[in-house]
Amino acid sequence: MRRRILIAKVGLDGHDRGAKVVARALKNAGFEVIYTGIRQSPEQVVATAIQEDVSLIGLSCLSGAHIPLFRRVMELLKEKNLDVPVFCGGTIPPSDVPILKKMGIKEVFGPGSSLKEIVEKVKEMIGDDRYSS
Amino acid sequence: MEVERIIKERERWESETLRKFLEKKPERKKFMLDFEREIERLYTPEHLKDWDYLEKLGFPGEYPYTRGVYPTMYRGRLWTMRQYAGFGTAEETNKRYKYLLEQGQTGLSVAFDLPTQVGYDSDDPMALGEVGKVGVAIDTIEDMRILFDGIPLNKISTSMTINSTAAILLTMYQIVGEEQGAKSEELRGTIQNDILKEYIARGTYIFPPKPSMRLVADTIIYCAENIPRWNPISISGYHIREAGSTAVQEVAFTLADGIEYVRWITRRGVDVDKFAPRLSFFFASHNNFFEEIAKFRAARRLWARIMKERFHAKNPRSWTLRFHTQTGGSTLTAQQPLNNIIRVTIQALAAVLGGTQSLHTNSYDEALALPTEKSVEIALRTQQIIAYESGVADTIDPLGGSYYVEWLTDVIEEEAMRYIDRIEEMGGMSEAIERGYIQKEIADSAYKIQMEIESGERVVVGVNKFVDKEEEINIEIMKVSEEVAERQIKRLREIKRKRDQKKVEEALDALKRIAEKEEDNKNNVVPYIYRCVKNYATLGEIVASLKEIYGEYRAPTVI
Repeated sequence: MRRRILIAKVGLDGHDRGAKVVARALKNAGFEVIYTGIRQSPEQVVATAIQEDVSLIGLSCLSGAHIPLFRRVMELLKEKNLDVPVFCGGTIPPSDVPILKKMGIKEVFGPGSSLKEIVEKVKEMIGDDRYSS
Repeated sequence: MEVERIIKERERWESETLRKFLEKKPERKKFMLDFEREIERLYTPEHLKDWDYLEKLGFPGEYPYTRGVYPTMYRGRLWTMRQYAGFGTAEETNKRYKYLLEQGQTGLSVAFDLPTQVGYDSDDPMALGEVGKVGVAIDTIEDMRILFDGIPLNKISTSMTINSTAAILLTMYQIVGEEQGAKSEELRGTIQNDILKEYIARGTYIFPPKPSMRLVADTIIYCAENIPRWNPISISGYHIREAGSTAVQEVAFTLADGIEYVRWITRRGVDVDKFAPRLSFFFASHNNFFEEIAKFRAARRLWARIMKERFHAKNPRSWTLRFHTQTGGSTLTAQQPLNNIIRVTIQALAAVLGGTQSLHTNSYDEALALPTEKSVEIALRTQQIIAYESGVADTIDPLGGSYYVEWLTDVIEEEAMRYIDRIEEMGGMSEAIERGYIQKEIADSAYKIQMEIESGERVVVGVNKFVDKEEEINIEIMKVSEEVAERQIKRLREIKRKRDQKKVEEALDALKRIAEKEEDNKNNVVPYIYRCVKNYATLGEIVASLKEIYGEYRAPTVI
């Protein structure tokens, strides 16, 4: 079975160049990728994650609203007992990284992150032997 | 003939001088433009063989406007220095505007937060976390009064980046201007009001394309009749470029959007010269200096030809492409952030050499957050140094006649025209968007650019070359506190409590009744929106009423 990854745009911002590029790179690396499209509420993202039975969630936000929005996603995942690793990317200042990690987000990819690095880390997070190098 | 003599001499130079040199010292690489065209070693009159000065360039302020839209360009008046700004509540943003004006900024540019842009009040659950983040939060006319408090709207011009909710913000501005005592012909500014690029690249659409186009057209016609010096649309390539397009795609898709708007409005029986003189444009300026300059010049010439030849506009002002430029946000790096000041300088120079009418320069910290007061000041000073110290504004279109720049201008025009023709063959821009063609083209280009960065073929200093491995990104960051939302919601609730509820309901009902009627010049919705705004209906309520009639758009996802 191929492991599924959900790439989700949380909040109201329409900047999805990064989300799409990452989605395509993961696809090219052999994963099955579902992209939510823009303007998803935390509730919608979690519902999609459940419905699509994903193994990993990648959140993207470039509006500066990442802390309250990602926090809500993490709370909902907990409420629903969904134990799926989460990573994120966007316009995220380094000083926010510890806050996001404390919420339980595994990896934070700020501006300038390389696709190679993201794909490597995704393989680790997803914890499948077939994928780890 | 002279060109033949030059060709002969070039061949001689190649065999006598160049070849020997290349044998010992080969060139670094093959040089390519983003749109797969090779850049040659040297440009000479040979490249402009059948090139006719009068046909290609002419004179500034005259068709085809390649050299500029005004006869004196910056010798008469410099471009408007207009920094896009807004955050938190109206009070905080008003303070920033006053600061920018004190520093010598010459126009205002309002950034609205996302709930305002997509039609939610600050207390809507969908606004969670977003209130006041990427711009100022506006719920009612009261916020707008505070935003422009102490700023004379009859003196300053204001640009507002607002699309789906443009008519609401425009009428708010108009009412605040009236309350200040400004005459409607004194109100100057721009609303973005460009819905097509929202479907393509920017994402703040609300309604499906057809009613959205009606709102755009209604607003353009309303302005022509009521606020004659207002630019009722800013047809934007900026976001298309930022989403990953090439320079050629930016020009092509923007002008194809422009064609679609002109066609839509003329189909309603409005004479092209009644509204076309006030159409305005907005482009990005990225790092490839000469390509960007040529892009602006090509866009101007193309638009002039389209308006004159395709739409038979007679008023020369309908032929002119007047544009705002912003330096490229996606070119900024979080790594070694001060390097961004240099990138912005190069991009701003290209915009000025390309003949922009107004300019926003990005701040060095914007890969990480909204800019601080200090970083914005440097960005504004960059423009002032270009304007007052560099001398580039002293003569008109100083690069006109450069073999390379003229060749590039021709090539960009040609390539963009090819795209425009393809889009027209599909049935126009609305159809091309519906098919996902434009979105796919941009996504492909974005991915290609990223792969080039990954491989190192495309150098980004500080990111994939000259990396500082020890670097800890540690600059002062501007943060909008979560408490902003609380303050904003408190004000919203107070206004809702104090207003005349009956009047609000009547105004919203009247709006729904007119919105239901078919699109027609006598069914313009904007005066009805004006009435809602005046009676303190909230932005969220107005949008919710329109959603009842028009429904909501769900975009297909293209990756």
